[in-house]
Amino acid sequence: MDFDLSEEQRLLQDSVAKLLADKYGFEQRKAYMKTKEGWSTEVWSQMAELGLLGLPFAEDEGGFGGGAVETLLVAEQLGRAIALEPWLTTVVIGGSFLRNGASAELRGALVPKIAAGELKLAFAQVERQSRYDLFDVLTSAKKDGSGYVLNGRKGYVVHGDSAEKLIVTARTAGGQRDLKGIGVFLVDANAPGVQRRGYRTVDGQRAAEVELSDVRAEAVLGNPENGLPLVDQVVDEAIAALAGEAVGAMQVAHDMTVDYMKTRQQFGRPIGSFQALQHRAADMLVALEQARSMSLFAAMAVAERDPAERRKSMAAVKVQVGRSARFVGQQSIQLHGGIAMTMEYACGHYFKRLTVNDAMFGDADHYVRYLSDTGGLVQAA
Amino acid sequence: MDLRFTEEEIAFRKEVRDFIARELPAATRERMIAGKSPTKEQVVEWQRKLNAKGWAAPEWPKEAGGPGWTLAQRYIFREELQQAPAPSPLGFNINMCGPVIIEFGTEAQKKRFLPRMLNLDDWWCQGFSEPGAGSDLAGLKTRAVREGDHYVVNGQKTWTTLAQHADWIFLLVRTDPNAKKQEGISFLLVDMKTPGITVRPIITIEGGHEVNEVFFDDVKVPVENLVGEENKGWDCAKFLLGNERFGQARVGASRERIRRLKVIAQESMDGGRPLMEDPDFRRKVTEIEVELKALEMTVMRVIATETKRKDKKPDPATSVLKIKGTEIQQMCSELLMKAAGPYAWVDGDPEGEGDGNEVDVAPDWALGLAGIYFNWRKQSIYGGSNEIQRNIMAKAFLGL
Repeated sequence: MDFDLSEEQRLLQDSVAKLLADKYGFEQRKAYMKTKEGWSTEVWSQMAELGLLGLPFAEDEGGFGGGAVETLLVAEQLGRAIALEPWLTTVVIGGSFLRNGASAELRGALVPKIAAGELKLAFAQVERQSRYDLFDVLTSAKKDGSGYVLNGRKGYVVHGDSAEKLIVTARTAGGQRDLKGIGVFLVDANAPGVQRRGYRTVDGQRAAEVELSDVRAEAVLGNPENGLPLVDQVVDEAIAALAGEAVGAMQVAHDMTVDYMKTRQQFGRPIGSFQALQHRAADMLVALEQARSMSLFAAMAVAERDPAERRKSMAAVKVQVGRSARFVGQQSIQLHGGIAMTMEYACGHYFKRLTVNDAMFGDADHYVRYLSDTGGLVQAA
Repeated sequence: MDLRFTEEEIAFRKEVRDFIARELPAATRERMIAGKSPTKEQVVEWQRKLNAKGWAAPEWPKEAGGPGWTLAQRYIFREELQQAPAPSPLGFNINMCGPVIIEFGTEAQKKRFLPRMLNLDDWWCQGFSEPGAGSDLAGLKTRAVREGDHYVVNGQKTWTTLAQHADWIFLLVRTDPNAKKQEGISFLLVDMKTPGITVRPIITIEGGHEVNEVFFDDVKVPVENLVGEENKGWDCAKFLLGNERFGQARVGASRERIRRLKVIAQESMDGGRPLMEDPDFRRKVTEIEVELKALEMTVMRVIATETKRKDKKPDPATSVLKIKGTEIQQMCSELLMKAAGPYAWVDGDPEGEGDGNEVDVAPDWALGLAGIYFNWRKQSIYGGSNEIQRNIMAKAFLGL
C-alpha cells in the first residue's frame, strides 16, 4: 500500500499542470469555446508534444506506456482546468478500443497519428431510447461482402463534430436489448452516408448528433457478434478517468469556495467566520475526500480480471463520485451566493461540468440500481 | 503508487484470521453478532489470550510490550477483530491511558501499570467529561489540591464508560484554578477502591448500563500517581485524544453489520417476499456499501501518509474518518432495525446473559436491533462530536 507517485508520474503531473496553468485560464477557456472547434488546437498540439495523446499505448507502438494511474493523474489535471479538448474521447475511450479490440496492424496505422495529434476519435453509442444502457442498441450492422454496412442514429456523440473517425456500436444480431449481437465498428466520419450535426453541450464541450445511412465501416473492433464485453471494458476505463476529472474539478470548486469565504465580508466580518458555512465547507471536504479515495480505487479496480467484479467496482466509483460531485457542485454555488450564478464567474462552469460528468455513461442513481441488482459489494454472511 | 496490500500483509491477515477462528470463544462471538456488548469476563478472557500471543496492544512500541507492527498491520488486525466479530483490546487500557503513560509517565509508573494493563489485571476507565465540560472539555472543574505527599480530589465526572468494571480511573483535574483554563489541568491515576469514590449508573435510552457518574469526595491520591508535570495535563489529554487516528472509522465493524443486515433482510418478509428482494431497500444498503468502500480507501490513504510522517501531530483527515465512520455505523444500525419490522420493538434486556427471547416472542435475529440503533446515536456525540470534528476541519484544513 503506497500512494506515493513515482518520479515519472510526478513529472507527468507537473508537466500537465504547467501546460494548463499557462494555457487554461478562465478567460482563455472562454476564448477556446468561441472557436470553430470549440476547444484549442494549440493546446491539443502541446498535449501531443508532452506525450499525453499517446499516453495509454505501448511504447513500441508509438505510445507512452502509461497505465491507469497515469490516466488518473492527467484526467485530474484536465478536470482542474475543465479542459475542453477531446482527450477523453480520443485517448481514453478510443485508446481503450484500439488496445483491447483492434488488430496490431490497425493500431500500427492509427496510434502514431493519435499520438501526434493528427487523429481524433469519438464514441457513437447513445441512442434515443437507450438512456444509459450500453446494450440497448437499434443501429444495425449488416454483413456485406467482407465488411459491414451501418444504419441508424446516434446522439450525444461527444466531440463527434470534430473527430475524423467514429467508433460506433451497432447490432449484428438479436433484438434491441439483447446482450449478444452487438458489434463495434470504426467509421470514417466523412464517409458517404454519415451526417453530423454538431452542437454545444451545457458544460461548454462539443457533441454531435450522427445519422448513418448505408455507411460502410472501415474496420471491426473486437468480436462483431459479441462486442458488449469490449464496450463494458472501455466504458469502465472511461469511468476511472471521469472520476479523476471530477476530483480535479471538485477540488477547484471547493478551493474557490473556501477562498471566497475568507474574503467576502457581510455583517462586518468574513462569511467564513460563520459556523453554519464552516460546517458546510467541511462536509464538502468530506465528500471530496471520499470521491478522491474512490478515484484511486478506480485506478486499481479497472485492472480487475473478472469483468463482473470490475463492473461492480466501477459502479461503486460512479455512485460515490456522482454523489460527491453533486454535493460539492451545488454547495459551491450556495456558499458563494449570487456571484456564482453569473456566467462571468468560474464556479458555475465547474458546477455544470460536474453535473454532466456524473451523467456520462450513467449517473449515480443508475449505478446504485445496477450495483444493488448485482448483489452489492459486501457478501451476506 | 501501488494500492494493494503486500504479500506479507495478506499473509499476516490470514494469520490473524486463523488465530481468531481458533481462539475466540463461540459464546463471545455469538453474543457480539447478536449486537450485545461482550461481558466483562468475555473481554478479560479474550484480552488475556491476545496478551499471551503478544497481540494485546497493537499500537504500542515493542519495548513497552507491543508487537512492533506497521500501521498497515495494526489496521488489518483491528479490521479482522471487528469483522469476526471479536472484542477489541480494551481501549481505556491500550489506546487511552497506556500510550499516555508510555509517552509521559515515569519508569516506575511504566513498570507498575503497563504489564497489568496488557493482561487486563486492571480495568481502566476514563475520567474526562463533567456535567459542565463536554465538548468544552477544558472547562472541567474537578479540583485536586496538593496536601503533602498526596492530592485531595473533589468533584464529579460523567459519561464514565464501564466505570462499574473499573479498578483504576485516569482523571483530568484542575490543580491551578487561577491559570487560563487549559493551563491549570493535571493528569492523575486513581485507584477506584480509594475511599470517597461513588459510582452511580446512568441508564441510556436503550436500557443499557454502559456509562456512569463518578463522584469524588475528599479522595486522597498519592503524588506519585501524577503523570507528567503538574498543570501540564492538557498535553496528555491532547495526546490521548489525537492518538485515535483511524480507530473511529471502524470499517471492519460496519462490514460485519452489513453482512448481518443482508442475512436478516433475507429472513424478514416484506410484501410476500424477502425484504432483500425489495429494490428500494436494497438500494439503501448499496448506498452504504459504497460509502464504506470509499471510507476504507480513505483509511488506507491516512495509513500511507501517517507511515511516512515523522511528527506525531494528528492528521486532520482523522476528522473525515470519524464523521464518515460514525455516520455509516449509524446508518447500518438504522437499516438493521428497519429490517426487523414490527419485531424490532421487543424491548430486550441488553444487560442479560440470555438472548432476551426466553418467552419466545420474536424471531431471534430481530432481538436487540432497535436497542443498538438507539444506543449507536452516541457515536456521533462521543470522541469529539461530529460538529466539533467539523470545527476542527474548518480550522486545521480550510483555514477558516
